[in-house]
Amino acid sequence: MALSYDQAVEKYEPTLGLEVHVELNTKSKMFCSCATEFGASPNTQTCPVCLGMPGALPVVNGKAIESSILIGLALNCSVAPFSRFARKNYFYPDMPKNFQTSQYDEPICVNGYLDVEIDTDEGIKQFRVEIERVHMEEDTGKSLHVGGATGRIHGADYSLLDYNRAGIPLVEIVTKIVGGTGKYAPQVARAYVTELRDILRSLGVSDVKMEQGSMRCDVNLSLAPASSGTLGTRSETKNVNSLRSVERAVIGEVIRQSNRLDAGERIVQETRHFLEESGQTRPGRSKEQAEDYRYFPEPDLVPVVPDSAWIEQLRATLPEKPSTRRKRLQQAWSVPDKEMAAMVNAELLDVVEETISLGAEPTRARSWWLGEVSRLANEREVAATSLITSAQIAEVINLISNGELTDKLARQVVEGVIAGEGTPREVIDKRGLKVVSDDSALMVAIEAAITAQPDTAERVRGGNIPAAGALIGAVMKATGGQADAAKVRELLLKHLGQG
Amino acid sequence: MTTIKSTAAQMADALAAGSITSVELTQQHLDQIERVDSAVHAFLYVDKEGALEQANAVDVKRKQGDLLSPLAGVPLALKDVMAQKGIPTTCGSKMLEGWRPPYDATVVTKLKNAGVVILGKTNMDEFAMGSSTENSAYGPTHNPWDLTRIPGGSGGGSAAAIAAFEAPLAIGTDTGGSIRQPAAVTGTVGVKPTYGGVSRYGLIAFSSSLDQAGPCARTVLDAALLHEVIAGHDQRDSTSINAPVPQVVKAAKKLDVKGLKIGVVKELGGEGFQAGVLNRFHESLDALVEAGAEIVEVSCPTFDYALAAYYLIAPSECSSNLARFDSMRYGIRIGDDGSRSAEEVMNLTRHEGFGPEVKRRIILGTYALSSGYYDAYYGSAQKVRTLLMRDFSAAFQLADVLVSPTAPTTAFKIGQNDNDPLAMYLNDIATIPVNMAGIGGMSLPSGLADEDGLPAGFQIMSPAMKDDLMYQVGGTLEAALLSRWGAPLLSQAPVLAGK
Amino acid sequence: MAAISRDDVAHLAKLARIDMSDVELDHLAKEMDVILGAVARVQEVAGVDVPATSHPIPVNNVFREDVVKPSLTSQEALSGAPAQSEDRFKVPQILGEE
Repeated sequence: MALSYDQAVEKYEPTLGLEVHVELNTKSKMFCSCATEFGASPNTQTCPVCLGMPGALPVVNGKAIESSILIGLALNCSVAPFSRFARKNYFYPDMPKNFQTSQYDEPICVNGYLDVEIDTDEGIKQFRVEIERVHMEEDTGKSLHVGGATGRIHGADYSLLDYNRAGIPLVEIVTKIVGGTGKYAPQVARAYVTELRDILRSLGVSDVKMEQGSMRCDVNLSLAPASSGTLGTRSETKNVNSLRSVERAVIGEVIRQSNRLDAGERIVQETRHFLEESGQTRPGRSKEQAEDYRYFPEPDLVPVVPDSAWIEQLRATLPEKPSTRRKRLQQAWSVPDKEMAAMVNAELLDVVEETISLGAEPTRARSWWLGEVSRLANEREVAATSLITSAQIAEVINLISNGELTDKLARQVVEGVIAGEGTPREVIDKRGLKVVSDDSALMVAIEAAITAQPDTAERVRGGNIPAAGALIGAVMKATGGQADAAKVRELLLKHLGQG
Repeated sequence: MTTIKSTAAQMADALAAGSITSVELTQQHLDQIERVDSAVHAFLYVDKEGALEQANAVDVKRKQGDLLSPLAGVPLALKDVMAQKGIPTTCGSKMLEGWRPPYDATVVTKLKNAGVVILGKTNMDEFAMGSSTENSAYGPTHNPWDLTRIPGGSGGGSAAAIAAFEAPLAIGTDTGGSIRQPAAVTGTVGVKPTYGGVSRYGLIAFSSSLDQAGPCARTVLDAALLHEVIAGHDQRDSTSINAPVPQVVKAAKKLDVKGLKIGVVKELGGEGFQAGVLNRFHESLDALVEAGAEIVEVSCPTFDYALAAYYLIAPSECSSNLARFDSMRYGIRIGDDGSRSAEEVMNLTRHEGFGPEVKRRIILGTYALSSGYYDAYYGSAQKVRTLLMRDFSAAFQLADVLVSPTAPTTAFKIGQNDNDPLAMYLNDIATIPVNMAGIGGMSLPSGLADEDGLPAGFQIMSPAMKDDLMYQVGGTLEAALLSRWGAPLLSQAPVLAGK
Repeated sequence: MAAISRDDVAHLAKLARIDMSDVELDHLAKEMDVILGAVARVQEVAGVDVPATSHPIPVNNVFREDVVKPSLTSQEALSGAPAQSEDRFKVPQILGEE
């Protein structure tokens, strides 16, 4: 009988290790001045350097160094006073020089940590994930495998290579082993990658789009018998490409490994591939005949020796930590945990904050973004922020607050803005969406309603307040929905001696 | 009258005075190549049309009264290790047969900007590995002094072209002596500038931390004129020195060594050095004393380990530098019949494309870098490098420049050292320490050895970035020896009689 | 240091991606033995207190501005390619990984 996840984590203690690769968003490549645009025509962003042509030499992109130092500082690392690039030697056709220029034993940042929180049945729990190193390297080209039955490499007749991606700067962030998470390993892994992504985004150093590959995660996982204090053999699951997949990959590996161990089989140290559909992993290259990478210091580059003035200058530009900011905003807005979490998950924190800073009432700002705008965005399968700006939402909310729009009208205004009819003001004018707030105009409609339904009016006069609903409905109908219902009610009741 | 036997400085003067055009001068050299190169085989490619076009362009500019650089219109031979846009560049290897680079090396750009006329590409040991030019995939170059002998290596083609009056100037590259040793055995002048003095961008790398391009010429002044054209900081080469170029032309014209201390390196000149070579060396020292220099003896005990360290560092770097020759992006491809994988085709291509010496060094370097052996071999060699640099700085405390014979022997017979790589490696015993420490080195003719009547070389070593000192000493010694000989040494070269 | 065997050379040749015949392997094993014997003497003077030097001229912090400059055209990039298709380098089937 196969072990379930819950059974597995009772019997075995998981140990995690996470390696996250991040493509930096520099304009030019790591070692040459070619552009880094995503989706350019094949081999149009290449030069002798990134094609590894004979005689070409690399020169380090200073912005990439700064970004790497910023990442290290944001992760509480120390910046190495001396770091170097090395050559990692192995042959692969997508790697033009047949060595990868990477940092090896002298990385730019070391020894940091990141605290993450997860929501559990036992309440909020905090875990510290220790960072071993932050180092720089270059990306490889892309290969396209043509022909064959499956389209996968093994069946391909030949391959086509595009080196546009070759040499795009990558930063690799490697954790120390993360133990003591128990059954929470999947959530801790996910929370770490999420927090890391938020930090990188706040630093503005990467697009951190997991689905486009600008952030990729490798999950190392091993199991040891619970309370044994030992470490098991680990597997390395490659290219886990969403936050949810990080969590699923850990669960998948815990189940797979625990069942092997239970069956008396051993765990092979190997690279595995995550299968998005099933949440399981399948074996890749075995690391038992590990490549001998013959690392040595890259003789074409010189050491990176940042002085403390430079480091402090960079430290001074660090933005507020995303976790600190979340706490601050939650307190300032007095938002319940669930709603805060919803905003974070929907990546709406920035726009909501902006909307509020433009004078919008906080509760309305949150509910508009989380509610109506998100709903419209989901329908269209786009990001909420791509539909409408925070300034436009703030304008709409301010019109509601001063009584010029009702919620119902406001929804029409937002629809109009999204449909490209212009600014909120222009939509209001074009569609004639104006709250009828003029008392005398309303009074005409109220009196008409009373005349049309004398019996109802009488019942209200006699104290039957709920009966007023029919009269209010008639007034709203007569004004084409543009009247403020609360106002109508107030005037009507007053008129019938119940105000 | 200006002839192919004039110096480059004389040619430049005649061009400036209008007594000859660059097209005429270039044609004279093309004619000489036509006459002698079937016997000498200095050139792998002669760019007749391109050379005449460049010459014509300079003539047109001169007629217009444009400001021209001192060497404008003077022809030059380019070692085939340098990438020249659109011109076959093989590096003496079958691997690159037919490759035409899509870019110019920085040295080539500087030559073109200066209006120097590039006649063609010269023969060399494959990937600059060798001391005889016998390792060229395109057959050996013959020494103009005796066609049965080697012209030195790796830049035997450049040295022979100059000695055979096929060009007044040439570009060489020197990793362990590849400019200086060919200069010594052909009776010409060759200079390895301080490492970082001349850009390596576009120089097809053999050993990145040792390679350095430099001038080859028939006189010290000619070398200096070319040195100033090609030297200077280059942003494309991270190891390029960002400092003014030493004033070597001025130094070459000084003809005065009064008060300079000349250090004779005790360890270079004992056992293994041919008697006739040593005799000419000591006569040269006497000439320098007569000119007012002071001779001191210095000891550099680690020099005994330089050769061993070199044959670890250079192969290690080359094993990585030459990994890019994999038949995927450029160069030849062997065995791609649709049935073989990329890996198999790489293996076959590298088997066919590399010659025995290149393979020997790649295997040696792969070994020296592999895990378990790195510290003992590559690591230890890098430590020896530190000790060599300490030896040099101690010696330069006692002397302004250091001197030695350039090579232990005169030119040996083609085929003589075929089966003994170690004996071949000994040719570079006196030149290698200079590369290991990154300092400047020059070889100029000291006369003909008594035993065989073949040229011997005198080496001058100057501290880093003080290249002017070796030109000052070299220029003075050259003048002193010339007055003893009554005519340039090359006028005694028998093979050239009647040609 | 133990003598270098033919199998050792075969392993190195595999790492270096060079096919070698048995004759070549035998020959090279013998040569490597001699050469390694000669170069191993670097260990005699390489004490633990001696730092390693990888750059002869010490230079640090050489950086480029993050500015895009023109690339080669794809035609130029592919001009030396042994085979090409659809503006890409065409290579034999790649084995070993996905």
